[in-house]
Amino acid sequence: MSSLTNSAHLGEVTNSQSALRNFLHGLPGVDQVGADQRAAALGTRSIKTSAKAQALDLAISMVDLTTLEGSDTPGKVQALATKAMHPDPADPTCPKAAAVCVYSDMVAHAKERLGTSGVKVASVATAFPSGRAKLEIKLADTATAVEAGADEIDMVIDRGAFLAGRYLQVYDEIVSVKQACGKAHLKVIFETGELQTYDNVRRASWLAMIAGADFIKTSTGKVAPAATLPVTLVMLEAVRDFHLATGSMVGVKPAGGIRSAKDAIKYLVMVNEVVGQQWLTPDWFRFGASTLLNDLLMQRTKLKTGHYSGPDYFTLD
Amino acid sequence: MTRLSVNKTYKLYINGQFPRSESGRSYPVTDAKGDFLANASWASRKDARDAVKAARAAFPDWSGRTAYNRSQVIYRIAEVLESRRGQFEDEIRSQEGAAASLARKAVDAAIDRLVWYAGWSDKLPQVLGGANPVAGPYFNQSTPEPSGVIAVIAPKGPLLGLVSVIAPVITSGNTCVAIASEPHPLSAITLGEVMATSDLPAGVVNLLTGPQHEIAPWLASHMDVNGIDLTGVRDADLAISLEQAAAENLKRVRRSGVEDLFSAPDLDRMTTYLEIKTVWHPMGL
Repeated sequence: MSSLTNSAHLGEVTNSQSALRNFLHGLPGVDQVGADQRAAALGTRSIKTSAKAQALDLAISMVDLTTLEGSDTPGKVQALATKAMHPDPADPTCPKAAAVCVYSDMVAHAKERLGTSGVKVASVATAFPSGRAKLEIKLADTATAVEAGADEIDMVIDRGAFLAGRYLQVYDEIVSVKQACGKAHLKVIFETGELQTYDNVRRASWLAMIAGADFIKTSTGKVAPAATLPVTLVMLEAVRDFHLATGSMVGVKPAGGIRSAKDAIKYLVMVNEVVGQQWLTPDWFRFGASTLLNDLLMQRTKLKTGHYSGPDYFTLD
Repeated sequence: MTRLSVNKTYKLYINGQFPRSESGRSYPVTDAKGDFLANASWASRKDARDAVKAARAAFPDWSGRTAYNRSQVIYRIAEVLESRRGQFEDEIRSQEGAAASLARKAVDAAIDRLVWYAGWSDKLPQVLGGANPVAGPYFNQSTPEPSGVIAVIAPKGPLLGLVSVIAPVITSGNTCVAIASEPHPLSAITLGEVMATSDLPAGVVNLLTGPQHEIAPWLASHMDVNGIDLTGVRDADLAISLEQAAAENLKRVRRSGVEDLFSAPDLDRMTTYLEIKTVWHPMGL
């Protein structure tokens, strides 16, 4: 892999459609059975007592608390923002969530409530969740979110173009959106549930990283399967290899389908094993989730009080 | 040619399925003479937690069904139990060393108990609720509603003991997690097989086997459990500590005590786990 992906070489692969195609298709194939087994094996690690307490707090601090519904109201977004700042109002030692993730028209409402709390506002953009719109519309969508004060932009790639092999178009779109982001961080969503193969996930990961993504994200949460351990493993490996080739770090965000604290801890184990401890911070790893937070809080309360807690004691949204 | 005997694996009954204990442990069950009968699962606190989760998930659907429908489902359990009575009689005889006539009597009583409670399902609101006369132009009405998830520690008596404590809890729309009698767990799991095949939705009844001193404290302190029935607790110290743990979230508690299971039950096994909802309504509407 090293000859293919040294940094000098990476500059040239986007010169033409065929160069990019050759590069992406020249990446080594993913051993699907191996990836599944590796992910399953890492999921069997037992994390208990003080290590578990640490992992739960870390996971809470990595949550991008998400609401992406047609029924979102300013009130709901503000309630969510309040929850992100104080996930467990009964316990001031509980860490804050990393961000709230909303549609671009809700950014201002979230921003208003979050103020200087340090919790970021992430906005989905570029015709989320389908990504089916002209580039101008996608850029305008991005600009709206950035102007409203979004700290992070979660864009979707055009899966149709990607699957049709028009990689350069996908690349150019990411580059344009990255420019439109200005200072805001860019997360690139692949919707891995629509990419069909792990090979495609690896290609999409490299494509996004070469185009300047700050984060790569598995899914919109609107398509099943959303985030899975093996898909995240493939993405983490790409991030590791990209870091080895270029020295730059890229973050990873599995989103959708992660509902239990147990699952979240499996992801943390995988991050530690595949890319290393450096990535175990909210700056480089996030969970896109909504119901996950309550389970993390329940587990946290269980560890603290010694008895099992219940959903009655935490807010629904 | 000799035939290899096919022995039944007794597992737990959680969320409509029959998993082994998460802990992988089991304990030997012996017959009345002390000879080995079978291995039963030794449930852990995590099995208890999973069972509560399943019971909580099953609650909205079960409590939301019409009383008439719940009644039918419980009657159906009695029907299926009747069709498998031979197996229950055999298990009771081997576990307790009871005579054939006594085993038959116990199975009869268990079936009759289910039918009795099935009949109560759609009568509770009339008996316990009703229109209240109030001094004003209002319509004022009270109705009983199920409390939620109820933990039950079943008394001895392999089948009748268990049926006597589970049926009243689920009749009114509660869901339950029951710890079967530690020395006689086998009929409990066979009862689980009956329930799994009698239209009872998954998670309404969850059955754990194992030592109550290990599992019960986790249920008593569980914040998502709304009531606990300590009928089967024989250790006075354990009963006190369970009551104390149950006070944390004000669980409805039925205290431990010895009962004659064959005598006709009172309503209190049902009323303990009911909340009375009273509604004021302007008369004019």
